[in-house]
Order: sequence, then structure tokens, then C-alpha cells
Amino acid sequence: MTASTVEEAVETTVATRARPAPARIPMSRIVAVELRKSFDTRSGFWLMAGIAILAVVATTATILFAPDDQLDYEAFATAVGFPMAVILPMVAILSVTSEWSQRTGLTSFTLVPHRGRVIRAKALVALVVGVTSMLLAAAIGALGNVVGSAIAGVDTVWNVSAQELGYIILANILGMAVGFMLGVLIRNSPGAIVGYFVYSLVLPTVTTVLAETQEWFADKQPWLDFNYAQGSLFEGSVSGEQWAQLGVTGLVWLVIPLTVGVWMVLRSEVK
Amino acid sequence: MITVDSLTKRYGGFTAVDDVSFTARPGRVTGFLGPNGAGKSTTMRIMVGLTPATSGTAEVSGRRFADLPNPGLEVGVLLDASAQHAGRTGREILTIAQRTMGLPRHRVDEMLDRVSLTPTEAGRRVRNYSLGMRQRLGIATALLGEPEVLILDEPANGLDPAGIRWMRDLLRGYADQGGTVLLSSHLLHEIEVIADDLVVIGQGRIVAQGTKAELLASAGTLVRTRDVPALADALAAAGLTFSHLTDALRVEADPDVVGQVALGAGVALTELRAADGAGLEEMFLELTAETQREGVAA
Repeated sequence: MTASTVEEAVETTVATRARPAPARIPMSRIVAVELRKSFDTRSGFWLMAGIAILAVVATTATILFAPDDQLDYEAFATAVGFPMAVILPMVAILSVTSEWSQRTGLTSFTLVPHRGRVIRAKALVALVVGVTSMLLAAAIGALGNVVGSAIAGVDTVWNVSAQELGYIILANILGMAVGFMLGVLIRNSPGAIVGYFVYSLVLPTVTTVLAETQEWFADKQPWLDFNYAQGSLFEGSVSGEQWAQLGVTGLVWLVIPLTVGVWMVLRSEVK
Repeated sequence: MITVDSLTKRYGGFTAVDDVSFTARPGRVTGFLGPNGAGKSTTMRIMVGLTPATSGTAEVSGRRFADLPNPGLEVGVLLDASAQHAGRTGREILTIAQRTMGLPRHRVDEMLDRVSLTPTEAGRRVRNYSLGMRQRLGIATALLGEPEVLILDEPANGLDPAGIRWMRDLLRGYADQGGTVLLSSHLLHEIEVIADDLVVIGQGRIVAQGTKAELLASAGTLVRTRDVPALADALAAAGLTFSHLTDALRVEADPDVVGQVALGAGVALTELRAADGAGLEEMFLELTAETQREGVAA
């Protein structure tokens, strides 16, 4: 090691003098970083862009193909809502599982050595992305309703109330929460995505068949089947009993597995 | 300063890390040496809180890693250069770290420059990076917060000879300014040229530790002769401890003592020298002979 190299190094790198202890990383910064991480890969970017693109495609398709007498806001909201229900849970799943599948957790969880804070930040980002996307989709649908009815020459019909819209947003947030739950529980991107489709497509088929063939199940289904209980959210009115059913099934099918999943994330080994 | 105290990690009945204790001191490069699967990476993951220990403690700058308020500013960590999102650009990966640590934006460019990644390379996605480029990016991430402590797992993997030289100079300069460097390797020569202190691990247990000078001194004398049995008898008669190597003897005594014994016994020597360099390698092979996969080679 030459003297000149040492001198140069002293100027350019490590400061080993006593430094004040750095401040704890604020939660707001972790949330901002997690939000950035949702957009900064090609797949993440297109997943997010896909939300807007598919909302426009669904709206355009409704204008082109829906019969004039059915051109109302409900038709647009339904068309726009379908791609949201598929994409938003994927956003939630990947925000969690990529830390394991892409092994970025090695860096994320050493820069912030409290996994609970990182997971909370991810949940918050998912919530913000979910609500924003739903409002954006509702706005695109509304624009479609105005344009579509003008083109068809029919009256613009606004037959979805703010409360109904709120229920639909809640239902989609629940879908994201299910994705998030499967993410922390499975911690593997393909596994959690398959898990989501089993949960949201295969399971309802099974329970429908079960309800048709087993009378006891048909009676109890609202209290046992989370997907079924969410149905009321899409019908625009939720009774007190239906809220209770949503709460009970949500506890069993969402809150408990989510708690187990988070507990596992906090304890597991990150490799 | 890194202090590891009685660290143990068990997976069911398998003990990956077995009562490991050592200290990596400021101003020194500590080499963590061991064959593959010896428990180096597990020990390092425990240090930074990625793997829970079964028992024992690891502290960095006097605190548990999880108690560091902003670890990136105090400890630079590189455990696996390939553990990055393949779809992010090198610059983006550094930017995420810079934001998390709350550092000014210009640090990213400074670090890219420091590890010799060009702006074009930094703009490429990591899936197109060679392992050497990933190592440079990982080093940049570790150095970003100007930490006092570096924990690097096999940082020279995938680097070309010039890159290895660059890494060596960088870490040397870092330690010379008072930084603490812990780096692991399964390659003895790599560690030998850079480390001041050595911790040798095999099958989860520490088999030797000390300064490189101490470990070299204990390596004794290497002696060659055409008449090995005669020299062996003479050494045994002189009460010296020695071991048989492939084509030589390693004696736990100074070269002049061995020379005197050989002269007294009238055995002609073909070589007589302090068992440094190659000696450390023989020590490494010997220390890990029982634990390495290839079995006893020497």
C-alpha cells in the first residue's frame, strides 16, 4: 500500500470519527421506498399501467358492444371493475413475494432490520394503490358513460350511488388483502398467484356445488363462505346481519391466516 | 467492531454454527475462512438479523443489528450479489438504498464511480449483469452510507484478476482508515493477501483464529529431503513434533533448529524454509481435513 493511495483513501471514504447516532428511519420513508419499488421494474410498471389501460379498454368495449338501452354507469362500472379485481390482488401479492422470489429481502431487511415495519409499509402502499386505482377506474368509467351515451344519443344514466361505489372499492380492497395474506403465507410469486386463483375461482365453485347438494351447507353458507359473504357488497346494500357474516368469514378466511403469515415472515430465515 | 459470542444455530438435529466466538477489530481486515458449507454464510446472516440464532449473540458497534436505528449508515452488508431484482437497473437498486438511508441523491453517482460502473452499465437491468458487475454493485450498496463496518460474504466471487486487485486495495484502504472489515472466503490465497486476522471455520466450529502472523508462525518449518525416514527418526529423537506432507515434513520448530537436527543426523536436505505461504495452505487443509468434503488430501 503506497502512501499516496492511503492519503487519497482518507479523503474519499470512511469516516470513523465518533459520529452522532443516526436517527431511526421514519415510517414515511419506508412507505415512500416501497411505493417506488412497486413501479420501478418493468413488470411492476406495466402492472400499474395495466390498471389504467385495461380500464380504458373495458370502457371502450362497453361503448362499442353494449346495447344502447343498457348504456348506463352500472354497465361501465361492471366492465371496468372486472380487470381491477384480477390485477389489484396481483399487485398486493408481488409486493410481498418478490422480496423472497427475487431475493431482494436480503437487502430490504438489512437496511430496515424490522420486518414488521416493511410489511406494514407494503400493506399501506397496497391500500393506497388499491383505492387510487379504483377511483381512477371509476373516473374512466364515468367518462365512458358520458361519451358513450352521447355517441348513442341516449340519456346519461348515473345508477351507481356513492355508497355502492364505496362497497365495490371495499370488496376490491378485500381482494387485495386476500392477495397480501397469500403473499406473506406462501412467500413465493407463482405459488401465491396460483393460490389466489384457487381461493377466488376454484373455492367458490366448490362451495356452490356443495351448497346445491348439501342442505346443511346451503343454510350456513353466508356464515362459512367468505367469497359468498362478499357478494352483498356488489349488490349495493349490506344489512347488519350481512356485515356480521362478512366479519365472521373475514376473520376466519383472512385475518387469522394473515396473522399466521405475518408471524411466519417475522420469524423466518431470509436467504 | 464486530463481536460474536457463543453463536449457535441448529436446524433440527444439524448444527450449522456451533459455539462460534470471535471479534473483528477496527482498522483490521478479518478473514473468515472455511470450506464450502462450513457455516460462514449462516454466521453472517445471523449477524445481520436475517437468520435467528438458536443461542448466543452477535453485536456490531456494541449493539444488536436490529437495534441499529439506520443500519446502512453503520454497517455495509453484502451477502449475495445475485440477490437483486433482475428487472431493476443498477442505478435504481442504489437509489432505493440511498432513499432508505435518507442520503443525498449525488451519493448514487459517487458510488457508481467508486466501483467503476459506467452510466451506461448503471442504466442496464441487473439481469444483464455479469457476476463481477453484480459484485461491484453490491459493494457500492454496502459503501453507500459510509459505514464503519463492512460484512462481505465472498465479495471476490466472479471478479476478474484486476477486479480482485481493486477489491483488495479498496478494503485495505478502508481498514487503514479505521474501518472494520469482515470478509469470508473459501479461497485461502484470496484471504491470505488481504487479511490481518484470520478466523478459520470448519463444520460450524472455529478451528483456528488469530493474527495472520501468529498463524503463520505456528505453521513451523517446511523441510524436504531424499531420506525422509532418517530425518523423521532424527526429529523424533530431538523431541520435535512434525507431520508428513505429500513430499515433505512440516516441523513445529524454527528452521535453524531443524537444520541443526538434520546436520547432527547427517541427513542432506533439499529444502529448508519457514512454512509461510504454502504453509498456511497446508494448515488450512489440515485444519479442515476432517471436515472438508474431499477427505484428507495431504
